[in-house]
Amino acid sequence: MGSDRIAGFLVAMLTIAEAEVRKLRHDPVDLFTRIVQPALWLLIFGQVFARIREIPTGGVSYRDFLAPGILAQSVLFIAIFYGISTIWERDLGILAMVLVSPSPRSALVLGKSLAAGVRALAQATMVYVLALILGIHLTFALPALAGVVAMVVLSAAIFAAFSLIVACVVKTRERFMGINQLMTMPLFFASSAIYPLAMMPSWLRVVASFNPLTYQVDALRTLMLPGYQSTFGLAYDFGLQVVVLGALIGIADRLYPTILE
Amino acid sequence: MVSAQPAVSVEHLTKRFRHAVAVDDVSFSVASGSAFGLLGRNGAGKSSTIKMLTTLSPLTAGRALVAGYDVATHAFDVRRHIGYVPQLQSADVDLTGYENLLIFAKLYRIPRDVRRERIEDALALMGLERVAHLLVRGYSGGMVRRLEIAQASLHHPAVLFLDEPTVGLDPVARRAVWARVKDLRARLGTTVFLTSHYMDEVSELCDQVAFLQDGRLVGLGTPADLCASAGPGADLDDVFVRLTTGSR
Repeated sequence: MGSDRIAGFLVAMLTIAEAEVRKLRHDPVDLFTRIVQPALWLLIFGQVFARIREIPTGGVSYRDFLAPGILAQSVLFIAIFYGISTIWERDLGILAMVLVSPSPRSALVLGKSLAAGVRALAQATMVYVLALILGIHLTFALPALAGVVAMVVLSAAIFAAFSLIVACVVKTRERFMGINQLMTMPLFFASSAIYPLAMMPSWLRVVASFNPLTYQVDALRTLMLPGYQSTFGLAYDFGLQVVVLGALIGIADRLYPTILE
Repeated sequence: MVSAQPAVSVEHLTKRFRHAVAVDDVSFSVASGSAFGLLGRNGAGKSSTIKMLTTLSPLTAGRALVAGYDVATHAFDVRRHIGYVPQLQSADVDLTGYENLLIFAKLYRIPRDVRRERIEDALALMGLERVAHLLVRGYSGGMVRRLEIAQASLHHPAVLFLDEPTVGLDPVARRAVWARVKDLRARLGTTVFLTSHYMDEVSELCDQVAFLQDGRLVGLGTPADLCASAGPGADLDDVFVRLTTGSR
């Protein structure tokens, strides 16, 4: 019975993710338009800020330092708006029909979050291509790449689950957009995505230490840049993401059916 | 096809929201293998009843058994034995018809070795073989509805809930949906529980009907009996008006 339940959970989770992948295959345009924003950050912001020699980037050039930060940022931006698709599916009958199937709610939520991870991986591939074109020095060792894949999927899943929770609480598209606009930039700026923690005023450093993005960026820099020294250690970065994801899925599991009411 | 144990059995079912009572002490039962119509004006409590019976919304009071399981304590078992087609469009327009069915076949854990056969069977039963590999975005309203019924019945549920199944469809498409629902009943012995505003649909499909008004049950019986009790020459439309406007 136990193994049957686990199998049921995994099948439901992968099926929800599979539906998203199939949709992307039918219409991949979205994947390509989303590359514009990270490209602008790397090309324009990166070029200009690279001239400031005083940013303590831990022995790598600013452009190299920026690339993992921009990858983490673009994953955040993809995942944080994921909840709106759930509001959309609620407004149609899609969500009701899925919720009447015998699938554990947490599997449905985790499946949606994984689907955000798949989109984020497509984005990561394009950031890598862009970084190569710009001559940014990246590690291509297989274990490091596998680590990047894992962290990108975890990060996307965390912010997608968070976004689903917001959707379940606010329930309408308009409020969702408002709240998300309000949160996205602070999340981004209160992290080490575009400048190191060492440069921050102490109050901001405290805020950043509660932001999962800070640890995602730390892990991505460690894995992507040759010779970069992790601030917190990879085990801590990854462990924290798993704990945060588990907590968020637990909350979303409770809230998911209430979006119908 | 009709067996002793009711497919749906509801006792003192009540749903209260903060400021209103949507369903007020309603009791009825639906014979296994039959088709049951829940009727009433907009806001009478039909959708609230369906939402409770499909485990989407908790009961405030009372008890409901669906396919032999208590919806409050055995929601998971209820879900394994029912199918539900909501009033609003519920097939995913960004997938093909086949993919919509494949996703549901997996969510309902239909074993891999029979999955393909079930899907092809369902497509044939709903007359969708030719469009199976096209995106649902291009389907007509009637095709979408038939696909949704296929999705909801892929796992051969004991009870199929249809919330206003032909709203917004043209007469030809409506008849096509009716024919498919009848085929489904004949083939699988599925109990059908539907809500509708169309009395012709109810006469065509239902063995028994119940009328709700302001959340309360105001009429229950076969369409023929209800018509007879409404007076000579009365049809279901007359029954509907009599029972749901309070001018009895």
